[in-house]
This record gives sequence, structure tokens and C-alpha cells, in this order.
Amino acid sequence: MKTLVVVDHNNNKLDKSTLNTIKAAIQLENVDLLVLSDSCKDICNELINIKNINNIFINENDEFKNQLAEDSANFIAENFKDYTNILFSNTSNGKNIAPRLAGLLDTMIIPDVIEIVDKQTFKRPIYAGNAIATCKSKNKINIITIRATAFEEAEIGDENVGKIQEIGSLTTKNLTKYLNSELTKSERPELTSADIVVSGGRGLGSAENFQILEKLADKLGAAMGASRAAVDAGYVPNDWQVGQTGKIVAPNLYIAVGISGAIQHLAGMKDSKVIIGINKDEEAPIFSISDYGLAEDLFKAVPEMESKLN
Amino acid sequence: MKILVPVKRVVDYNVKVRVKKDETDVELDNVKMSMNPFDEIAVEEALRLKEKGVASEIIAVSIGLPEVQETIRNALAMGADSGIFVNCTSKLEPLSVAKILTSICNKIKPDLVIMGKQAIDDDMNATGQMLSAMLNWGQATFASKLEIQDKKIKVGREIDGGIENIEVNLPAIVTTDLRLNEPRYASLPNIMKAKRKPIDEMKAEDLNIDIEPRLEILKVEEPKSREAGIMVKSVDEMIEKLKNEAKVI
Ligand SMILES: Cc1cc2nc3c(=O)[nH]c(=O)nc-3n(C[C@H](O)[C@H](O)[C@H](O)COP(=O)(O)OP(=O)(O)OC[C@H]3O[C@@H](n4cnc5c(N)ncnc54)[C@H](O)[C@@H]3O)c2cc1C
Repeated sequence: MKTLVVVDHNNNKLDKSTLNTIKAAIQLENVDLLVLSDSCKDICNELINIKNINNIFINENDEFKNQLAEDSANFIAENFKDYTNILFSNTSNGKNIAPRLAGLLDTMIIPDVIEIVDKQTFKRPIYAGNAIATCKSKNKINIITIRATAFEEAEIGDENVGKIQEIGSLTTKNLTKYLNSELTKSERPELTSADIVVSGGRGLGSAENFQILEKLADKLGAAMGASRAAVDAGYVPNDWQVGQTGKIVAPNLYIAVGISGAIQHLAGMKDSKVIIGINKDEEAPIFSISDYGLAEDLFKAVPEMESKLN
Repeated sequence: MKILVPVKRVVDYNVKVRVKKDETDVELDNVKMSMNPFDEIAVEEALRLKEKGVASEIIAVSIGLPEVQETIRNALAMGADSGIFVNCTSKLEPLSVAKILTSICNKIKPDLVIMGKQAIDDDMNATGQMLSAMLNWGQATFASKLEIQDKKIKVGREIDGGIENIEVNLPAIVTTDLRLNEPRYASLPNIMKAKRKPIDEMKAEDLNIDIEPRLEILKVEEPKSREAGIMVKSVDEMIEKLKNEAKVI
């Protein structure tokens, strides 16, 4: 039995979710890692001391810079078909590549796994997390994406453990061409791994009004999130969306402001350790899952809170 | 240009889904069913391409029990030209759906398939990617913007860091994200008109493909519930609780 973790990164840095995915993989034995990038060195430096891993396979190729699903999936299918398990993080990259790989290998993907029961049995949320399904796999190869918030991070020791090895060669099919990206710039912590998340909803009313939330976030060293309604209205960028069809977060503290608490939103944040809701409607569903609720106008409560925190 | 739009019948997004007592599935009796919201976005986008003169024909396809023809009718009422109903009594998962769609694509040869990025029942987020692998076509997942030029399609994709723009050769698969468009409602005259639009029927078993499920569902259970919290009366009390009780700030 061999398990491969496909490392998620942005060519400079590891995506932190990879550490959770490796931790999950260790439950499945014999873990190798794969880095596909135009420059693997810095990423390998972050991986080399992780405990309980074997090989770090790399393929350095300019074509991998933009992580097109077609190339990555073909490369993995060609070089790793003898593996029993291939794991990805359930990030936009993982979600793009893993099912394509499963299609190539004629295997049913097991997405968004939150628990590994045994080597062929996995739990995953369905219906926006309103139910948890236990699935027994009859696949020959399990292609799995891992929900980062459901697993701890792999331990990093102070010895080099992984053996770095070049593998394979890519023949690109040029079905798809990368043009450019418009990435949201931010000095704040990354949303999915932040300790504290401050999220705003339609109640904020405008992009300008989000500044009062951002001030609170900066006072707390928090990441910013949002509901779908706030993103749809153009108040904030799409990558802030928390929920069933956005990002999954589970910080120590989640502050939901002007968010009603639709199930699709709750699906993305209800595993947070402590949740607080601020909403002027005391009947708002967000209060039913808040540890502490405050029924007040956000335009009064948020600046007051910001000024009283030191 | 011919566009194929797969549509799925799912529990309506407003329904509070409950797990069955015997933990075999969720309760589906007497529950409101609708077209998967991401598929409505897919139909809408296809219609807009037709209205711009880029597309000439839109075909909606659904696979499953006879009820799924309702969902095809919804797509026809929105404006799709015709439907394909694949009658299939066995349990379906994205791998088998992708195989059935592959066989349909090989037959009707669409230039573009637009489909939802995920169905809101099983939350798999997989069928589009699997289909493009099987057809060896390019894929543009999580689309929030789309533009067709010659034999290529330019797509803005919602990714974890923001937006990524790519260009894919046609034929291609696009999966829709929430911001691509706001789907229209079917008007009453169009609902009437849809009743006369043709729906082709075929049987999954006649396609001679292996659609045996690979994942056996052993159990469907309730998620862990959170303990009820309290309401605080003021910002001061909130801060005091966060500092001294929850100890998170
Ligand atoms: C297919 C699909 C996928 C979806 N995916 C997601 C998802 O991933 N994430 C997500 O978030 N949603 C998602 N949704 C949308 C979801 O159903 C809700 O529509 C959305 O979460 C509502 O956002 P909101 O709470 O900001 O807005 P609303 O429901 O409009 O709530 C606004 C709240 O602000 C409060 N408010 C207004 N003014 C003030 C004030 N001055 N002070 C204090 N409170 C105030 C109001 O009382 C209200 O409770 C999805 C929907 C569909 C159909």
C-alpha cells in the first residue's frame, strides 16, 4: 500500500492545508509527496523535516507554474497509477485537479473527507453539512480530497526525513492556456488558517462600510470573511466567501456581523471553536449557533467593540 | 454552436434537510425538489450565449428516474431548445454520470458543455472535471466570467486567492460558480411553450457502460450539534466573556 500527497503551493510557499492532508495520509501508511512546480526548492525545504514521510518526488517544469488541471492530472495518472491512495487538499487547486485525475483513472473521487474510519472507509459531509455520510470505497485507487479543518497538522521535526527524487516528464497537451490572475492582496492572515475571522454580510450595506469591520479585524489580527450576499453585492472579493460553496473555516473565534445565518453560510464556519453573532434582529438564525450573541445595530456595536479592545 | 447543459434534480436549497431515523439517507419524502442552483446558472449562461448569437442550439440533459423530466422541462421553460432524458434506476454517482455524459457527447458532439460546479445534495464538485478527463477536453471550473472568441473560450475562474483567467480550446467543459449570472425565471408563456418542446428518451442500460457505484454508503448521520450559547446585553459584556470565559482574545 502506497499513499501519495499532491502538495498544494503557489510556487513559493506551501499551502498550509497540505500539512493537514499529510496528517490524514499518515493514517493510510507509506506516505510520499509530490511537488509539481516551476521551482520546487523552497517548497521542498518546507517539506523535508515533516515526520513520517518517505520520498518527496519532484518535477520542475515551467509548464507546472500555473498548475493547469490537464497537465497535472495527466502527469500524476502516468507516474503514480500503482498507488493505493492519492490525496489532495480540498482547495480550489485540489478540487480542480483531483476529480480530473479520478476520471482518467476510472475511479470515484472521495471529496472533502473529514474522517478516515479505516483504509477503505471515509466520512464526508453532504447537504451543506446537515448530514455526514460514511462511504466504503470499492475503488482500486482512492483519490481523496481532505478538509483541512478536520485534521491536525503533520508534525515537523528537526531532521531531514524526506528523500528528494526527480520523477517523470511532462508532455503537455495544450488544451488550456493560462492568461493571468487578479489576486486579492492582503496583509492579514490567510482566511482558512487564521486564529480569528471577522465576517460581514449584507447587513454591512456597502463596500465602504466594510472598513469598520476591517478596523476591528486589524485590532484582533484577524482574517476577513464574508457571506455570499456580501460578495454577490460586490462589497468584497469572491475569495472572502465562507460557506458550503465557498471556504471552510474553523478558527478559535468567528465573529459574524450582519449575517443572518443561512445553512449555506453555517456549513462553512460551524466548526469554529467560539462563534459570536452581532445582528440587530434578535430572531436571526445566526444566534442559534452563537456562543455569544449580541442583538444590536452593528454600526453602533462594531466601532464600540473596536475602541474598547486593546 | 451547440451547447449541452446537464441538469440535476435536488432537494430545494431552502429545505432544512433531516437525516432519516434509520440513518440510511436523508428524508426525501414530501420534500420540495428543484433544479440544482448551479445548473440554473449554467442554463442561463447558455441562453445568454444564444441571445448574443454565439450559440445556436441548447440541449438540456438529465439522468435518473422519470421525475427528472420535470427538471428538463424547467430548463426548456427557461429557454433551452430540447431535452435528453436518460432513464436510469440505479444509484448514480459523479463517475457514472460522467460516463453517461461522455457517451452522449460522443453522439451529439456539442461544442461546449456548461454545468454546475457542484450539486447541493452530495456536494461532490466532480462531474465536470471527470467528464472533461474522459473526453480529453480542456476544463474551466468555477467560472464567474465567460467569453467566446473563435474556437476558444476565455474564462475567469474563482480560485482561493481571487480570480484566474484562462483560455480553453473548444470543445470544452465549463463549470459554473455563483457569480457567473443571475438566472431568469421562466415566464408563464414559456412554461406553456416548453410543454411542446421535444425530449429524447434513452435508457442508461442500453449504453453498455459500467455504472456500478464505487462508494457504498454505510451510514448517514446527523452532524455533531453545537451547544446553545447565550445572549449578552452589551459590548462590554461581550468583551468580558471573550476574555475571561472563552479566553479567545
Ligand atoms: C447554491 C447556493 C450556494 C450558496 N452558498 C453560500 C455560501 O457558500 N456562503 C454563504 O454565505 N451563502 C451561500 N448561499 C446564500 C445563502 O443562502 C444566503 O442567501 C446568504 O448567506 C445570506 O447572506 P447574509 O446573511 O449576508 O444576508 P441576509 O440573509 O440578507 O442577512 C443580513 C442580516 O444582516 C442583518 N442586519 C441588517 N442591517 C443590520 C444592522 N445595521 N446591524 C446589525 N445587523 C443588521 C439582518 O438582520 C440580517 O439578519 C448560497 C445559496 C445558494 C442557493
